[in-house]
Amino acid sequence: MISPTLRRIAAAALLLCAFAAQAAVLPEDRADFMYHRYQGGGITVQGPSILVRKKLGESVSATANYYVDAITSASIDVVVSGASQYTEKRTQIGLSTDYLHGKTTYSANFVDSKENDYKARTWSLSISQDMFGDLTTLSIGYSQGKDRIFDSTDPTFADTADRRNYRLGLTQVLTRDMLLSLNFETITEEGYLQNPYRFMRYVNTAGSYSLGPEVFPRTRTGNAGSARVKYYLPWRAAIEGSYRFYADTWGIQAHTAGIEYTHPLWGRWVFDGSYRFYTQNSADFFMDLFPSANFQNFMARDKETSALSNHTLGAGVSYEFPVNKWASWLKRGTANLHYTYMMIDYKEFRDLRDYPPGTATPGTEPLYSLNANVIQAFFSFWF
Amino acid sequence: MRKLLLIPGVALLAAACAPIEPWVKPYEREHLADPIMSVDPDPVSSSYMDHVFEVREGAKGATGGSGGGCGCS
Amino acid sequence: MNKATGSLRTLLLAALLAAPALAVAPAGPAPAFKLDSMAGKPVSLDQYKGQVVMINFWASWCGPCRQEMPILEKLHSKYKPMGFTMIGINVEPDSTLGMNWLKTTPVTFPILFDTKSEVSKLYSVAGMPSTVIVDRKGNLRWLHRGYKPGDENEYLDQIRALVRE
Repeated sequence: MISPTLRRIAAAALLLCAFAAQAAVLPEDRADFMYHRYQGGGITVQGPSILVRKKLGESVSATANYYVDAITSASIDVVVSGASQYTEKRTQIGLSTDYLHGKTTYSANFVDSKENDYKARTWSLSISQDMFGDLTTLSIGYSQGKDRIFDSTDPTFADTADRRNYRLGLTQVLTRDMLLSLNFETITEEGYLQNPYRFMRYVNTAGSYSLGPEVFPRTRTGNAGSARVKYYLPWRAAIEGSYRFYADTWGIQAHTAGIEYTHPLWGRWVFDGSYRFYTQNSADFFMDLFPSANFQNFMARDKETSALSNHTLGAGVSYEFPVNKWASWLKRGTANLHYTYMMIDYKEFRDLRDYPPGTATPGTEPLYSLNANVIQAFFSFWF
Repeated sequence: MRKLLLIPGVALLAAACAPIEPWVKPYEREHLADPIMSVDPDPVSSSYMDHVFEVREGAKGATGGSGGGCGCS
Repeated sequence: MNKATGSLRTLLLAALLAAPALAVAPAGPAPAFKLDSMAGKPVSLDQYKGQVVMINFWASWCGPCRQEMPILEKLHSKYKPMGFTMIGINVEPDSTLGMNWLKTTPVTFPILFDTKSEVSKLYSVAGMPSTVIVDRKGNLRWLHRGYKPGDENEYLDQIRALVRE
């Protein structure tokens, strides 16, 4: 938990500073229309994401977002469990408002996500403050979520999970060419925190393996801290380096490091390229193969709790429309295409798709890896 | 982790109202105001990629960011 | 006497802190300057002694500055016959950026280029845009930091009052 003292100090300091002169700004009015597609590891997920943001008067801005994931899945988890490929649709709606008073922005946000076996609702509040001649932006945020989990193969199953997020963010102008962003977040979760369709495996009496149910802890607390530095290069380009550290009570520790280069060309075009590296160790209660059915109280084989590394390459291009020839109320318009290639190597999770029980000595199957292609195509308009 | 948060957090908040002269003047922010220097230029794209990584990986959080820019009113 | 000024000072301080001050009343003579103008010849503030002068510090990269420009043009043409002039000071080190943008929003008042930020420093520009209003005697009368739609009403009131002096 974030100490109550820190919370009180943050609230008091922000209130005091609300008296300083000059105003910050509300986010710009905009509309974005995106088509997104993820394809990898036997899964295809695609759909639209639409966002509209509009100022209502001088001090208030409202945002609405509509997002859909249309899923077709024959993932390794589906195949190994013997299930057949399934299709599913997840619909998500988000609403938020920003209220600007002096140099402080107050924001409230609500997200509702629905699919036939998972329903999630999240409420968030945050306060953002500009200070030191607008060189520093400090923000604090709180989110609370409630998830309801079902099992499409078992009508008797129903459970819930509660989530709380605490966020602290600082953006600092370091020089006329350099920006620093620091973010800290604590997430606490309670309830059913596993995937009802996943399973563990254990050595059975016949010397091969059998599948069994996973048992996860019903609490999880994770802490993440990240730093990003963005630098303006003299030939008009930008380079950004970032790093994030994550650690939680399940024993998972992760490092994320990334670099992104943005280069405008020929007046209307912007190209960007990025590389991201992610690595994590496995949860304390993860094993690809348990020695027995009830080896310990918590047992997981979920591949997302396995030690893994993810190398990601990204490339994007953006074109700016000559909007002053279109309509006077349109300030700016862009067309964007972004491609991301992910290479995930699981260090402790084995690929059993070609190795049903009895075909290989359990624990000698090859380690699993997947490559994924992610495409984003979107139009953005500012008005 | 929380105790580490407390020290810079409190120090910064306590100094928040102190009259420090900005070392980058408002008329020197032309590079920071450039759209390519924006902290989060495409929120629809960044929230989507955050979601993709969160599904495929065990870590989550601390991905946010706002501020910088032209500092205009 | 000390107690009275002490509590008066406290009251003033409390009043200043309580109300966000976007329009401030400075005092003293407006610092002199001479800068190159878009028209070609250098322009100095002394040339306008006897007139009410509104100096606007702006940049092509600043959204509210661009939004404000047509309004400043209207103020200039309306009050010029009454002894008023608008002066726009572009604060960018590269003057071609300001000039190119003005091609889309032309103005008739003088545009000066403060490429070395000397005048910005002289006037302690602390926000973009910044506008100062100087009276006929050459004294600073009003300072505006930032621009929000609706601020032009304040500009109108202040210009009208100063033009009558």
